[in-house]
Amino acid sequence: MNVAVAYEKAAADGRAALVGYLPAGFPTVAGAVDAINAMIDSGVDIVEIGMPYSDPVMDGLVIQRACQVALEAGVRTRDIISTVDQVTGQGVPILVMTYWNPVERYGVDAFARDLAGAGGAGLITPDLIPDEADEWLAASDVHGLDRIFLVSPSSTDERLAMTVRHCRGFVYATAVMGVTGARDATSSLAQPLVARAKAVPGAPPVSVGLGVRNGKQAAEVGAFADGVIVGSALVSALLDASTPEEGLAGIRSLTTELRAGVAAAIR
Amino acid sequence: MSQPDDKGHFGKYGGRFVPEALIAALDELDAAYRKAQTDDDFQAEFGRLLRDYAGTPSMLYDATRLSAEAGARILLKREDLNHTGAHKVRNVLGQALLTKRMGKTRLIAETGAGQHGVATATAAALLDLECVIYMGEVDTQRQSLNVARMKMLGATVIPVTIGSRTLKDAINESLRDWVTTVDKTHYLLGTAAGPHPFPVMVRDFVAGIGTEARAQVLELTGELPDAVCACIGGGSNAIGAFHAFVPDTGVRLYGFEAGGDGIETGRHASSITGGDTGVLHGARTYLLQDEDGQTIDSHSISAGLDYPGVGPEHAWLHDTGRAVYEPVTDAEAMAAFQLLCRTEGIIPAIESSHAIAGALRIVPALTAELGRPPVIIVNLSGRGDKDMHTAGEYFGLFKAEDAR
Repeated sequence: MNVAVAYEKAAADGRAALVGYLPAGFPTVAGAVDAINAMIDSGVDIVEIGMPYSDPVMDGLVIQRACQVALEAGVRTRDIISTVDQVTGQGVPILVMTYWNPVERYGVDAFARDLAGAGGAGLITPDLIPDEADEWLAASDVHGLDRIFLVSPSSTDERLAMTVRHCRGFVYATAVMGVTGARDATSSLAQPLVARAKAVPGAPPVSVGLGVRNGKQAAEVGAFADGVIVGSALVSALLDASTPEEGLAGIRSLTTELRAGVAAAIR
Repeated sequence: MSQPDDKGHFGKYGGRFVPEALIAALDELDAAYRKAQTDDDFQAEFGRLLRDYAGTPSMLYDATRLSAEAGARILLKREDLNHTGAHKVRNVLGQALLTKRMGKTRLIAETGAGQHGVATATAAALLDLECVIYMGEVDTQRQSLNVARMKMLGATVIPVTIGSRTLKDAINESLRDWVTTVDKTHYLLGTAAGPHPFPVMVRDFVAGIGTEARAQVLELTGELPDAVCACIGGGSNAIGAFHAFVPDTGVRLYGFEAGGDGIETGRHASSITGGDTGVLHGARTYLLQDEDGQTIDSHSISAGLDYPGVGPEHAWLHDTGRAVYEPVTDAEAMAAFQLLCRTEGIIPAIESSHAIAGALRIVPALTAELGRPPVIIVNLSGRGDKDMHTAGEYFGLFKAEDAR
C-alpha cells in the first residue's frame, strides 16, 4: 500500500498518522514479524522496519542493542526483504529504514526491485542525503518506491527545500539534535521545523521522529505534524519484556496508547 | 587532476554519508578551513605552534646502520620526535585552532592506540578547550598508559562498550555525541577519513611531513628519493608523507596496511588489499565488510592500525595506480620493530614498524630495476613507548600479567 494513501486516510479522520518502527530480526526474525503484526493490529498507520547494521551512527542505545542482538543471531539482508514480504498486504504501507552501505552492497537497483517485489513502499535513509543519492533517486523512480530523507533543525532553508523536493511519501523531520531514543519532554525545535518543511511548495506530509515515547507526547506532536514516528519506546517494550508474550502485549498496549494520543490531538 | 571536487569526492570516493543534522556543522567547518588556508594570521599561528610547540620540522635522519641491513639508503622522517610522540600533533593543532575560530568550546575525539587522544587532550589543554575522548573498551585495556596520559591532561575518557569495542565503535560514538552537541562541539577526527571536509583538511594539516621531507632529501642528496613508504590505518601519516610527492611521478609511493595474521586468514586490517568499496563513517572508500555490507572487525597487533576502513584519497590513489598498497603482517612488523631498535637505537611505534618492514621488502625489486641501491624515505610516524606492553609480551620479555 502507498504511503500517501495512509496519510490521506489519517487526515480524513482529522488526525496525524502514527508511524511505528521496529527492527527486523529482533528478538528473532519470526519474533519481529509477530511484533510488527501486533503493532499493525493495534493501530499504526505506517510501519518502518529497521535494517540492523553494524555501525548505526544515528541510533541511541536502545535500538543499537536490539540491532546488535539481531546481527549476532545472524540476520541477513534477505531476512529484511522476507520480513517485509510477511507483513505486507494488511492495508498498512511498509517502509524500510536503513543505513546506506547494506543497500549499496546488495546493489541499489536490485534492492529496490526486491523490496518492491516484496510489497515494500519505500526507504528511509538516515545517512544518505539527496546530494549523494543519484543512484537511489533513479532506482526508486524505476521501481515506484517512496524515498524519505531527513531534515534537521540545523538544516539551512536552501538545504531544507532541496531535501523536501527530493522526498516522496513523507518528510522525516528530526525533532531534536540527537540520536534515536525516547525523551521525557517534547522538543521545542520540532514545530518550527515542521512549519518550515510544510512551507516548501509541493511538500509531501511531514512527520516528526526522535523522542516520542507516550500518548501525551504523541498528542502534542500530532497537533502540528502530519505524522508521529515512534521507535525506541516500542523497541524498549520488546527489550524490557521477560517473555515474547509480554513483549507483544507491551507493543499492543503502547501502540493503542499512541494511537489514542494522535486521535486526541487538538489540531 | 583537481582532487577532491567541491563536494569532497576523490574520483568515486569520499563525499558525505552522514545524517542531515551534521551537514550544517560540516559546511561551517569547510568554510572555516577554507578561510584559514588563505588567512595569514591563522597560518602564522599554526606555523608558530608547529615550530615552537610541536618541534617541527622533524628531522630526516640518514639511518646508516639500518641501511646497511636493508641494502638501500633509508632516510627516516622522525615524526616520533614531535611533541606527543607522533605526526598527529600537526593535525590536532590545526583543528584545535579552527575550533577556537569557530567559537566552539568543546573537543571530542576518537582514539585507537591513544596517540590521537593524547594529542587532542594536549591541544585542548594548550588552547583551553573542554575535551572528551571516546575509546573502545578493548583499546583502553591494551593502551592503559595513554589513558592515564589523557586524564592527566584534563580530558574525560569514555570507554565504548558496544559493538566490537575498538576504534570503529569509538568513531560511531563520537559521531553520536557530535549530532547531539554540535552547537558547541568540534569533532576532532584523527585521520584523513570521514565525511568531507575531514579527508582534505586533515591531509593539509599533516602535509608538512612530505613538504619538509622533500626539501630535506633534496638538500641531503640533491635528488628526489626513489620511494616514500608509510603505514596505513586510516591513512593520515601516509597522506601527509605522500602529498608533496604526488606530482613527482618518478617517486614511488607505498602504503603498508596492517596484514595482521595474513590476508588469507581473514584476521587483518588491510581494507584496500582485502576489502571492497562501500560506505563507512561518512565516506565512500575501501572497507572490510561481509556480503551484506556489515562491517567486519579488523585485527592488527597495532591498535593504531586496527580500523576496517581507510581514507578516501588512498582509495583513489590506489585505483589510479599512483600509490601501491600492500599488507605487512604482525610478524613482519615486529621483526622490523626489533631491527630498528637494535640497529639505530630507536624504538618505533608498531604502526611505523609496518612501514619499515614494507621498505625492507621492496628493496630487492627496486635495486634490480634501478641497477643500484634505492633511496627510500620511511615515515617514522610515531614512537614506541606506548607499545612496550605489546612488544614486551610479543618478545617474551615479561609475562602478560606483569605487563599490565
